[in-house]
This record gives sequence, structure tokens and C-alpha cells, in this order.
Amino acid sequence: MPRITVTVDGVGYEEEVEPRLLLVHLLRERLGKTGTPVGCDTSNCGACTVMLDGKTVKSCSVLAVQADGCDIVTIEGLGSPGSMHPMQRAFHEEHALQCGYCTPGMVMAAIDLLRDTPDPSEEAIREGLEGNLCRCTGYCNIVRAVRRGAQEMGQAVKSS
Amino acid sequence: MIPATFDYVRPGSLDEACQALASDEDAKALAGGQSLLPLLRLRLAYPSTLVDLGRLPELTGVHDRGDHVFIGAMTTHDEVMRSSLVNSACPLVALTTATVADPAVRHRGTFGGSLAHADPAADLPAVVLALDGVLVARSAEGEREIPAAEFFVDYLESALRPGEILLGARIPKLGDGWGYHYEKFHRTAQAWPIVGVAAAVRRSNGSIQEARIGLTNMGPTPLRARAVESALQGAELGDQVRQACEQAAEGTSPSGDLHAQPDYRRHLARVLTHRAIRTAAGSP
Repeated sequence: MPRITVTVDGVGYEEEVEPRLLLVHLLRERLGKTGTPVGCDTSNCGACTVMLDGKTVKSCSVLAVQADGCDIVTIEGLGSPGSMHPMQRAFHEEHALQCGYCTPGMVMAAIDLLRDTPDPSEEAIREGLEGNLCRCTGYCNIVRAVRRGAQEMGQAVKSS
Repeated sequence: MIPATFDYVRPGSLDEACQALASDEDAKALAGGQSLLPLLRLRLAYPSTLVDLGRLPELTGVHDRGDHVFIGAMTTHDEVMRSSLVNSACPLVALTTATVADPAVRHRGTFGGSLAHADPAADLPAVVLALDGVLVARSAEGEREIPAAEFFVDYLESALRPGEILLGARIPKLGDGWGYHYEKFHRTAQAWPIVGVAAAVRRSNGSIQEARIGLTNMGPTPLRARAVESALQGAELGDQVRQACEQAAEGTSPSGDLHAQPDYRRHLARVLTHRAIRTAAGSP
């Protein structure tokens, strides 16, 4: 079996993996990173979105062996219950979730969007999140949360 | 679902990759995996071995070659749509790539993977066909050039032979005076197009001098709308263009599925071709 090394949320792992093992299953079942859910399993919904070398990917559409040598950040690597990432806090404060299943992927996609567009318009947010589906909220509060998160992250950059 | 078992190799050179693909007729090349992995998960494909092309830097990048741009097969959609060279020299490729799927899929999915997969519902094959691109493949026997018009053979079937790897595609630069647009109709933002139309138009003095049109999902392969292209030569913007676009479904053989029946796809081809031509010609 191939042996891979990956860094997940800042911790290095060396794992033997079957070639067919999907990255999302490595994260959840081998490394216990259950903050990343499996949604549709057909690369539509974006619930399983994580950062792979700094860019979003749908972890149900990446083989674990393809991630060999890569740096992965999941929702669990962003913040902690006592110290949330500004985007997580904005989702909480703007009530940008109901069941919460899409939220980890939404937050990752939102942070990815801000890499290029630190102060996105409503339209840019809707475009940037087009690969992430939410069946509860109707998206309005998610858009508000991303704008608020962007402002707070912008403030954080300015004051640091 | 979990894919069926397969072996995995990650070649360190193109020669090794060609050898791995040639030595096993059920082996399949893995590019970004954004089409292939869903097929494996749905158990619609059962390759014996995946040959991962992901660590071959010679397959990535965009290169200016004078009269054309060469786009390496493993260049991701995200890299293609951000390339200043592609945006300036082949804008139709850049603006269409920006509409492929969604940002996360564009981070993994590749230009060459999309072409080699030969899905008639994919956006880029119609663009490369409309621009008369030339695909370059390599095997143990050497390199081979395949015009786009001969590359797309049938549904999910390209002209690539066993043991051949797509190196990339040459996209001719069309020069000044051309306008471009890709118009697609899809159910949801990141869904496959029900029908798509790629248009490049050269315009002068209020009339169209030349047009190139590629159709997405109007048959088992991408197609050129040749009848419209002929009818548009010298057509004045307005009624003449509208009448020319009425021929957009000629020679097509769209399939029916739960999203659209063939007659509806033919209707969409006419409407979307008109929209694509008007926008490409800068005529709202």
C-alpha cells in the first residue's frame, strides 16, 4: 500500500493508504477530523471543502494519495470553540446556518474567496460560493456573514 | 460510494507515464480527477490502474509560441483563467474557463483532463473546436498532432490511443478585431450546461466578416455550427444575424435526458447562438 505524508491542521501524519481512499475518508475515519462532513459524495454540494496547499478542494473528489506531501487545513484548524476564526464568528453572529451541515465548507469557501477579493460585493460572494449548497438558509444570512467576516478580517489585518 | 479497487502509480517522467499506460490496456491517466473520481465513485468506470500525472511539471504552464498559445494539459482551470497570456491572446478560453463548475473544482480540474475526457457537455471542447486548436499527444513512438476536429470521436471517446498522453493544446491567436462570448444554459450555478455556445466574431463597419461557433452538448461530440458560420459572413447586425442563427441546430443530434428533450436543446441552440453572437459582436 502507498505510504503518504500529510500535514493536517498543523500536525504531520504518515499513513499507509489504499489508493482508492478518498481524502475526506482519510480525514474523518483515520485522523478523526469529523468537522469535515460528507454531503452529496458527488462533488456538487461542497460540504467537504478543505484547503489543500492553500486552495479549496472538495475532499470527496481527491484521493488521499494525491494529497501526499501536501498541507491540509480543515474547519478544525481554523479556530477553537474559545477562539473562533473571524469568519466562524461572523457565521455565528449573523445566524448563517440552521442545520449546520454545509457550514464547514461554506466557511472554507468564504475564506478562499477573500484571498483574491478581500472586500467582496454581494454578487462576488454569491459567485464565490457557487460550489457550496445550503438547503436551509436561502443564503441571505450567509452572504451577510461573509461580508461581516471580510470586514473583521480586514480590520484584523489593518490593526496587526 | 467508495470506488472499486485499483492500482496506483505516480510516474516521475513522461516516458514512465507512457510506458505505464501502454503496458496495461485498462490503465487510465489521472489528471485533476474532477470528472474521473466521480465516475469511479459511482462505479461507472473500473480502471485497473490509475497513472497519476500530477507530479509532471512539464505538463503544466501556458507558453507564448508566436502565432499560438500552448496550454499544458495539467494546467488547472484556475491557472488558465488567471493567465494574463490566455486572457490577452485567447480570451474565449479564459472567459469560458471561468464558467467551468465552481472555484474548488477549478483548483483541481485541468485543461487537458477536460479535453481528454471528451464529455460533450464539458465547456472547453467546444471552445477548442471553435478556435481550430491542435492537440498534441505523446507516446513511446513520439509526438503526434491532432486537430480538434478529429480529436473528439464519440461520447467520452477521444482520438488518444492506448499509451498516449495529451501534452496540451495549441490555441491559434486570432489577432485584432475579434469579439468573444460563451453563453450557456444550466439549471444551477455549477451544473453542467444543458446547451452551451462558444462564439468568436470578427466585425467591421456594422457587419460580421467572419464567425466561429462551437456547440456544447448538441451531440455525442462538440460540434461547429457551420451553417450559421456561413450565413453570418457579411451579415449586418440585426435581422440578418437573427435569421442566420436560426440554423444553429442544423446537423446536430442532441440527446434527450431528464433535463431536456432533443427539440428543446435545438431551440436552446438557436436562442443561445443568437445571444452569443450578439454579445461577441458587441451588439446588445
